[in-house]
Amino acid sequence: MAFHCKWRLFFGFVAIFIASGFQLAIPLLIGSAVDSALSLEGAALDISNGMVASAIDSTTDVFGEGSNPAKTALIIIAVFLFIASVGRGLAAMFQNYMGESIGQMIGYELRMLYYEKLQRLSFSYHAGVHTGDLITRGIIDVEGVRMFVQTALLRTVFLIVLIGAGMYLILSLDLTLGLISLSFVPFVAWRATAARLKLRSNWYQLQERLSALTKVMDENLGGIRVVRAFASQDHEMKKFDEASNETLILANTQVGIRASNISLMGVAFMLAMTGVLWYGGLQVVDGALNLGELTQFLAFMSILLQPVRQIGMLVNGFARGSVTGSRLFSVLDLIPEIQDKPDAKDLDITSGILEFHNVSFGYEGEHTLEGISFKAEPGHTVGLVGPPGSGKSTIAHLVPRFYDPIEGHITIDGQDLRDITLDSLRQAVGVVEQDTFLFTASIEHNVAYGDPWAPDDRVEEASKYAQLGDYIERLPGGYDTMIGERGVSLSGGQRQRLSIARSLMLKPQLIVFDDSTAAIDAATEQRIRAALTDLTKDRATIIISHRLSSLMHADEILFIEEGKIVERGSHDELLAQGGHYNDLYELQIRPDERDEQVSGSVDGEVGAS
Amino acid sequence: MATRDPLDRSHIIPPKASIRLGPTQDEEVFGEAFSGQVVSRFIKYVSKYKVLLWVAITSVLVFTVSSIAIPLIVRNVYDEALAAGSPDRGKLTTMVIVFLVAVGFNFVANYLQELIVGRVAERILVDMRRAMYDHLQRVSLSFMDKTEIGKLMARLQGDVAALQEFLQTAVFAIGDFVLLIGIIGAMVWLDWRLGLMTLAVVPTLFIIRIIWLPYARRAFLRARVTSSIVSGALAENINGIRAVQGLSREHVNYDLFDIRASDNLKAANRASKFGVMMLPIVDTLTGAAMSIIVIMGGFFVLGGTIEVGVMVAFVLFVQRFFDPIRSLTMHYNVLQRAMASGERIFEVIDVPVDIADKPHALDLDEIDGSISFKDVTFGYLPDQPILKNINFEVKPGETVALVGPTGSGKTSTTALVHRFYDVWEGSVKVGGHDVRDVTQDSLGRHVSMVLQEPFLFSGTIYENILYSKEDATREDVVAAAQAVGAHEFIMKLPGGYDTPLEQRGGNISLGQRQLISFARAIVADTKILVLDEATASIDSYTEMLIQQALNRLMEGRTGMVIAHRLATIRGADRIIVLQDGEIIEMGNHDELMTLGGMYSRLYSMNYASFDDIPDELIQQATQAANGTST
Ligand SMILES: Nc1ncnc2c1ncn2[C@@H]1O[C@H](COP(=O)(O)OP(=O)(O)OP(=O)(O)O)[C@@H](O)[C@H]1O
Ligand SMILES: Nc1ncnc2c1ncn2[C@@H]1O[C@H](COP(=O)(O)OP(=O)(O)O)[C@@H](O)[C@H]1O
Ligand SMILES: [Mg+2]
Ligand SMILES: [Mg+2]
Repeated sequence: MAFHCKWRLFFGFVAIFIASGFQLAIPLLIGSAVDSALSLEGAALDISNGMVASAIDSTTDVFGEGSNPAKTALIIIAVFLFIASVGRGLAAMFQNYMGESIGQMIGYELRMLYYEKLQRLSFSYHAGVHTGDLITRGIIDVEGVRMFVQTALLRTVFLIVLIGAGMYLILSLDLTLGLISLSFVPFVAWRATAARLKLRSNWYQLQERLSALTKVMDENLGGIRVVRAFASQDHEMKKFDEASNETLILANTQVGIRASNISLMGVAFMLAMTGVLWYGGLQVVDGALNLGELTQFLAFMSILLQPVRQIGMLVNGFARGSVTGSRLFSVLDLIPEIQDKPDAKDLDITSGILEFHNVSFGYEGEHTLEGISFKAEPGHTVGLVGPPGSGKSTIAHLVPRFYDPIEGHITIDGQDLRDITLDSLRQAVGVVEQDTFLFTASIEHNVAYGDPWAPDDRVEEASKYAQLGDYIERLPGGYDTMIGERGVSLSGGQRQRLSIARSLMLKPQLIVFDDSTAAIDAATEQRIRAALTDLTKDRATIIISHRLSSLMHADEILFIEEGKIVERGSHDELLAQGGHYNDLYELQIRPDERDEQVSGSVDGEVGAS
Repeated sequence: MATRDPLDRSHIIPPKASIRLGPTQDEEVFGEAFSGQVVSRFIKYVSKYKVLLWVAITSVLVFTVSSIAIPLIVRNVYDEALAAGSPDRGKLTTMVIVFLVAVGFNFVANYLQELIVGRVAERILVDMRRAMYDHLQRVSLSFMDKTEIGKLMARLQGDVAALQEFLQTAVFAIGDFVLLIGIIGAMVWLDWRLGLMTLAVVPTLFIIRIIWLPYARRAFLRARVTSSIVSGALAENINGIRAVQGLSREHVNYDLFDIRASDNLKAANRASKFGVMMLPIVDTLTGAAMSIIVIMGGFFVLGGTIEVGVMVAFVLFVQRFFDPIRSLTMHYNVLQRAMASGERIFEVIDVPVDIADKPHALDLDEIDGSISFKDVTFGYLPDQPILKNINFEVKPGETVALVGPTGSGKTSTTALVHRFYDVWEGSVKVGGHDVRDVTQDSLGRHVSMVLQEPFLFSGTIYENILYSKEDATREDVVAAAQAVGAHEFIMKLPGGYDTPLEQRGGNISLGQRQLISFARAIVADTKILVLDEATASIDSYTEMLIQQALNRLMEGRTGMVIAHRLATIRGADRIIVLQDGEIIEMGNHDELMTLGGMYSRLYSMNYASFDDIPDELIQQATQAANGTST
């Protein structure tokens, strides 16, 4: 790929020199044309430009001396002009195509790198950034860099070559006049640098504001039910207006900078042209300069007009390119916190025993989990209970190595999770997430998401396990029914069952159910569990649930509070202990007496812990 | 990667179940070049800035005229002041001053046109986006259910930008057009023979352009379509990244994305081939025109028919002659894109607001908190009723509970109380008024909901609990948090109530999110409170604490509670058991237990461990549920 780009770049540069050469030949030819048109019939040709003159001389030899030398010269100049134009066009085409194809190629590479990087970045990164922001970077910022490469890279060289060679030619023609005609260059250079800095910081802020606006709109549409439920359309419009006005102010500043920039550069050029016209005109009046030479200067200048205009645009492109580039590379340069060790091996499952060894973990410094140790054996079930935020899901997230423990380690059949490849680990571990995410796609695609080449009957089997099969078959579209974004058109329990089916498709060796039946009624849950007994008899299962009936028959139940295991044992042992678990049980089983007995005792417990 | 042909993707076998990765067929990328309807509606948005736009158009014209004038002045300098025979300093100075004036006009006009056009275009972009967004706040939820947010975002961003671009181009296109006419006029005026000869190349350009256009258009179209497919695929992956990583689908997705991205690369390369193809063509024609000028003009000068200044002016004109032609044809693309974008924008603005306030809808200040469903039938899809003939009444201050298997229609019932959807038949009354007769705004002031999915906004915890109840104090917020038992954990967070939440509250646990969303509903301080599985992800102990606080809070309020843990709802004044969209049992806990129906079966299942439940009970429940949810 890099090889491709290098050659394209090389040919692009060659094309640039050819194009500039032809481009600069044009004013010379035009000047000569004026000279020869002015030379009186029969009189000797007085062509100011030596190069063109000798070219004409050598060519007239071919035509013979008989014809009118001025007319012959005109025809020859015209032919040269035509050739120069065609040559310029072809070289420009080549140069532009090279520029664009390099840009496209780099855009493609960046996209792939970005996509790859996002897939590798761990949960801790994704939890802290807004999806809208990541999407903007992947679309707008990649585009910004691509445009920069495509237009700015080669074109800058082209402009520099063109302006540089033009300057040299102009100065060598007549120093004073040359200096006058080039007097705009330092001004333009100064404006360009000054504007670039201003535009850069403006682009940066604007990009940030646009991200904020995106966030507001995206969350409003995503949370539309909340907006409606609280009748807060006005509130939302206010948020929108604030964000939107901030972008408007910045955008207006930018338009202002650009407008003054473009017009000032333009006027600097025009003033230089006035100078040339006036001073050159005086010289002509004095007879020190002939008209052809003056025309050459003017023609040179009008050829430089376009590049000068483009500098204005390029400056904007540079500013934007460096902002988008730095935003993009700030993601590309990230090192995923979780990645395979260089010598990582595939997980080798002998019996399928998961063990936590004194594991501690925290999201941002604070201790979310402390000293967690337990063992899940095939055919056994470990149950987790505890108040909100106690760390149950965190434990679930450590199993597929979405995060790494800070202290202690986790093993499967004695292999530390950090020593095995993520792929093999995640194939072996199925976590049914508490927070279900479904894709906007058909039911079949969602179920088969983890195993996209699976045959139809496996998809159906998994759906049946999750007790979703009958529902799907009764739908008019069956498995091809599209489900709305994040599954809005499903009930909460249907979403959870779909997510269970999706995890079962992978036939994981170890299954974690993170409160994945909370929205499912007890009868349906029971049927799911019954269907799964077959599947789980040689696999380890971890169940997180608030409904104790789901946990009662777990081989070991862990009661988690503030990241620590405060009680552990089988259902009967825990009841016998008479601790938190017992209180929960009392609440769920004998709610009749809760007001008198239980609340009193639990209050006491909490106060003590 | 470096060795294989970068565009060859034949080695990738597409998976059977690949996710749809892009716009649906209805997303036309290019529209008609001109759609009167779009333009006339667009003009309405533009007309607000009429005055400014006239100034802009005037500047464009002044700019154009001065641009045409400059070569003409140069010609005058040549012919009047420097004419071979009698050079004249005085005339030269006059001419140079005239030239300076033209430059001055050119400068001011250039500045104004850039500034005004740019700013007005930005303003209109904001206006259009706002109009669309405002409308989206009112369209019915059934529309939002079916519509992908990504697609709406694309309209709010990309399509609006396309219209902005169009406005800019349109104003400058006027300038280009005038420039073209001006140059042609000037050339013909200077010397009609030379002018016509030079213009002879123009038809060639038009013919080439006409042949070129359909092919190029297809190539550009393809490049745009593939690019939006790539964007869609990227967005999908970012949104679902947890599922992707959890199910280790990275490799499959990477390959699929690679297919899309390299399709786009191919299409873009093809499009740029078509783009650059015009360069040598235009340059060849420019060269031809210049050759004609040099030969014919030169001969005329030699013959004394025209003066040399005319020839110089022609050369200067020809060099800029093709610019407007080129940009006018470029504008054509922008125009097509803008028409398609405009259609999509107005499509959103035209989505009928199915659920609108009646002209004289009541704005309820006070209500008594009663709810009544009378013969309600409702469904999301035609011919598929989800709720059938629902009848019940809730007296002010009462708490009713809705129970039933998943998918039986509990959430749908609550949605009707807030008029998220309109019933097919029957009526829903809140506070004695049909919900269709009161303003949605006032309904919102009397009904608050804890939705099944606890959606939080990014922002601080405080902002989330307060949400739109701007007149609530910090004490109210803290009190609500205390009532739902969230205060403790909030105070443990590093920033307390000012801790920022990430997107959708991703940095706190689901149960904690549920508590915050619960607190939000309490701060809203409404007569009617709907709790849709509000404590499903919360342990029974915390739930009991909430319950105790609620007992106090619910005094004088009406409650509608959905829960699966039946312990949660036993205390309700009335329990409604739904199955398959129908009410099958209704009564308080004791009544339903003695009835021995569905409720008592579910109830016993809830507290017994599964293995303790007698087989025939499971059988019964399974049969019951079979006919229902699944
Ligand atoms: N991504 C995150 N970044 C920072 N803190 C987090 C993040 N996710 C969770 N936490 C915090 O870590 C603690 C444990 O969270 P966790 O999700 O494990 O709780 P949980 O036991 O699953 O609760 P629940 O029953 O509500 O699901 C909580 O205090 C929570 O606020
Ligand atoms: N927005 C929607 N669009 C289409 N169908 C829906 C929508 N919401 C729910 N449904 C369907 O309506 C039925 C009842 O759903 P719901 O009321 O959410 O059930 P639950 O009793 O579990 O709360 C389900 O079959 C579900 O798939
Ligand atoms: Mg959790
Ligand atoms: Mg529901």
